[in-house]
Amino acid sequence: MVEGDSFFVTVRLGEIEKVSQAQEKRLGLRLFFGSSSATASTSDISRGSIERLIDDTCAMARSTAQDRYSGLPAPEELARDLPDLALFDDSGQSLSVEERTNLALEAEQAALGFDSRITNSEGAEFSNQAGRVIYANSHGFSGEYRGSSYNLSVVPVAALNGSMQRDYWYSSQRKFSRLEPPESVGKKAAARALRRLGARKVKTRELPVVFEPEIAATLLRQLSSALSGYSLYKGASFLVGKLGSKIASELVTVVDDGTIPAALGSKPFDGEGVSTRKKTVVEKGVLQSYLLDAYSGRKLGYASTGNAARSAGEPPGVAPTNFYLAPGAHSPEKIIASVEEGFYVTELIGFGVNLVTGDYSRGAAGLWIDKGELSHPVEEVTIAGNLKEMLLNIEMVGNDLEMRDRIAAPTLKISRMTIAGD
Amino acid sequence: MAQDIVQAESFFDRHFGITARDLDKVLSKALEKKADYADLYFEYRMNEAISLEEGMVKNSSRSTANGVGVRVLAESKTGYAFTDDITIEKLELAARTAQYIARNRESLLPAPVGGQAVRSHDLYPVSSPATEVSLEQKIALLQDMDRLARSLDPRIQNVFVSLASEHKIVLVAASQGWVVGDIQPLTRLNVTCIAEQRGNRQTGGYGGGGRVGFSFFTEKKDYERYTREAVRQALLNLEAENAPAGMMDVVLGPGWPGILLHEAIGHGLEADFNRKKVSAFSGRIGQKVASELCTVVDDGTIPSRRGSLNMDDEGTPTHRTVLIEKGILRGYLQDRLNAALMKMPLTGNGRRESYAHIPMPRMTNTFMLAGGTPPEEIIRSVKKGLYAVAFGGGQVDITNGKFVFSASEAYLIEDGEVTRPVKGATLIGNGPDVLTRVSMVGTDLKLDEGVGTCGKDGQSVPVGVGLPTIKIDGITVGGTTAA
Repeated sequence: MVEGDSFFVTVRLGEIEKVSQAQEKRLGLRLFFGSSSATASTSDISRGSIERLIDDTCAMARSTAQDRYSGLPAPEELARDLPDLALFDDSGQSLSVEERTNLALEAEQAALGFDSRITNSEGAEFSNQAGRVIYANSHGFSGEYRGSSYNLSVVPVAALNGSMQRDYWYSSQRKFSRLEPPESVGKKAAARALRRLGARKVKTRELPVVFEPEIAATLLRQLSSALSGYSLYKGASFLVGKLGSKIASELVTVVDDGTIPAALGSKPFDGEGVSTRKKTVVEKGVLQSYLLDAYSGRKLGYASTGNAARSAGEPPGVAPTNFYLAPGAHSPEKIIASVEEGFYVTELIGFGVNLVTGDYSRGAAGLWIDKGELSHPVEEVTIAGNLKEMLLNIEMVGNDLEMRDRIAAPTLKISRMTIAGD
Repeated sequence: MAQDIVQAESFFDRHFGITARDLDKVLSKALEKKADYADLYFEYRMNEAISLEEGMVKNSSRSTANGVGVRVLAESKTGYAFTDDITIEKLELAARTAQYIARNRESLLPAPVGGQAVRSHDLYPVSSPATEVSLEQKIALLQDMDRLARSLDPRIQNVFVSLASEHKIVLVAASQGWVVGDIQPLTRLNVTCIAEQRGNRQTGGYGGGGRVGFSFFTEKKDYERYTREAVRQALLNLEAENAPAGMMDVVLGPGWPGILLHEAIGHGLEADFNRKKVSAFSGRIGQKVASELCTVVDDGTIPSRRGSLNMDDEGTPTHRTVLIEKGILRGYLQDRLNAALMKMPLTGNGRRESYAHIPMPRMTNTFMLAGGTPPEEIIRSVKKGLYAVAFGGGQVDITNGKFVFSASEAYLIEDGEVTRPVKGATLIGNGPDVLTRVSMVGTDLKLDEGVGTCGKDGQSVPVGVGLPTIKIDGITVGGTTAA
């Protein structure tokens, strides 16, 4: 069962635009008849509704196939001691709507006042959520935890000679006091939008590419999907059968750790009641662990890694907890300085990633690197390659890791990708 | 049709005991503090998902959700509160929260927020919703598809089939005194195959659906066609070479490649971005933004289509809106808030994912009208280029107008002939510019099969696209092989 409260306020050009507040709850039920199963959920927690839910789920479970790999995790896999991971902070809950609005207003004002070329805004938003997860199963597990999050973001628009660019910055934390100050969020967003003004296409060619941390994190997100037990047993991942093999450059160490206090991806137990833990997924380029729940683990012949992700109404899937690429030796400046000519990527758009083959081609924007220095902004180009090679071709890893989200990475340099433009 | 309104209306009264008098009471509470407009959006939704993999239907799931969203508008401000507890107490509490934005307001004169809503369509009369069809029948269909796919070629290693059905009952009650309801079915069947040959593994996928019942897939054996298409694509990808990189002429096939219009044009014409002047199309109505061969419409009134609606999620009847007429930018896609602020007519594009979301301008079915050139002639006219017939997803940056969409089936064109298949081609272009390069438009307009979902600001809604074969003179193809 999950329940929670959520609030957001958006402001634009100094005025409130939207305020929204809500309470929600949802009860989910997964039932097994021998080795067949079904899942159902409802937001109506009346007795009659729950009885209907049970009847419906039983009927469905009887119709689905017998699957000898199905079932709950073994009792010994279930979490016994639930650590207090400091996931809940109510210090921001007592803020008035005015105070919350002011945080958004300050962030937007800092962006608008940063430079005269910041001429417009898509707005700023402050939001907070508080929720509770309760999970119990027929192997005797029962546990619950509460969590909170506070988020502040701003999207300024910069204009020059009739052409516009927007960019954003955000801060997201479980503890209100850790939220980046509004002024800093606003200024960073403005600086990001400004540096895109006057962007142009470049000629098609192969060159080194540097991913800023936000972009490097998208590469980790794809890696986590390719390491999901479900993708692997279905043969739908370019990493099938690679456990124990070198899949990335030896500079690459990737960790999944659901136990970091107050981190966004932490939780005391996963969606099936299994303890979360810290594990090295890739160590110096060698694949050490997949991401598994009970079912995908059994299919592949391993125990759950505590990565079951569950929404109330659907059967479990797999998701990373806090998933990061460990920091390397170089400052981002030094990485950029190492590139004679190349592309510093600050935005990617589109869905041109095929996790089955690793084929990769996405729309990109960023800054050109000329003789080791950032020069003019670039847009309307694509970067293309294959994830298998991109991981192996990571040539430098930055020392600038910051857990800004559940998935994070430092600056990365990839020795070579195809940049398509004119 | 009249019966549907009664059904949707009486549904919430019957199930939750919310009467017409309750609606009035809550709406007057919501308007209390000098607001311009208030509405209530009631929703009851049943979702069912069944999936097959490794020849077995291992999972089926069902969820029921109900809730109500209370919205209050005061000029450009929106107050919103929602609850999944449909009781008069919770509604009144939500109304008090939502009218926060009208506090300290000086103006006493409410601004007009569009006219009365009248249901004018009956676009998807489904006698038996897909959620009512027995699980056994659905499982049998999924298993048929699995068997068919595997029988077509021994290189097919795995088959995934999913059937998603939704049955949604909505009711909108506005402070102007009207109440309208709708019953909205939505069904989708998808099949994905993995083919393997000498260690090379590739996928192919296909699917379809709409605001239809389960029989839609079986009547004309569409499920077989989807399966054959998915197998064909997976096998084709086994032979495909890496895509070229650089600027070249591109021919887009009919149907789903209309995603080009959705990304390059459609989002940029949503009224919210234009009112705020953050769209690359802001202030360009009446200007030439496409070649005169291009007429693009958004049409929410096509029977049974995935993107169609009898009324939008603010109770406005859907329309056919001309966005571009012979190359000239004609209109924006409006919701109530933006139409009122821009003093423009409603277009029936105020949509939301659910009661937990605030409406905003969204597309319905977006497509280009057919032109006069036979498709074969279009291909013959290209010396060296790319022919793209199927796409995965796309995305756009509204502000600078740059958009991408990724081909899942594409071929090289050499000397006027379609030759070798290529994989992994993402196309990138500039929205306000790309349609000016359309030099030929085919006679073969086709709408997509009904699988599209559009995401904006964290909200997903079903949409449709369509396109005749067109030729674009020069767009960047983002492959790996530098030309």
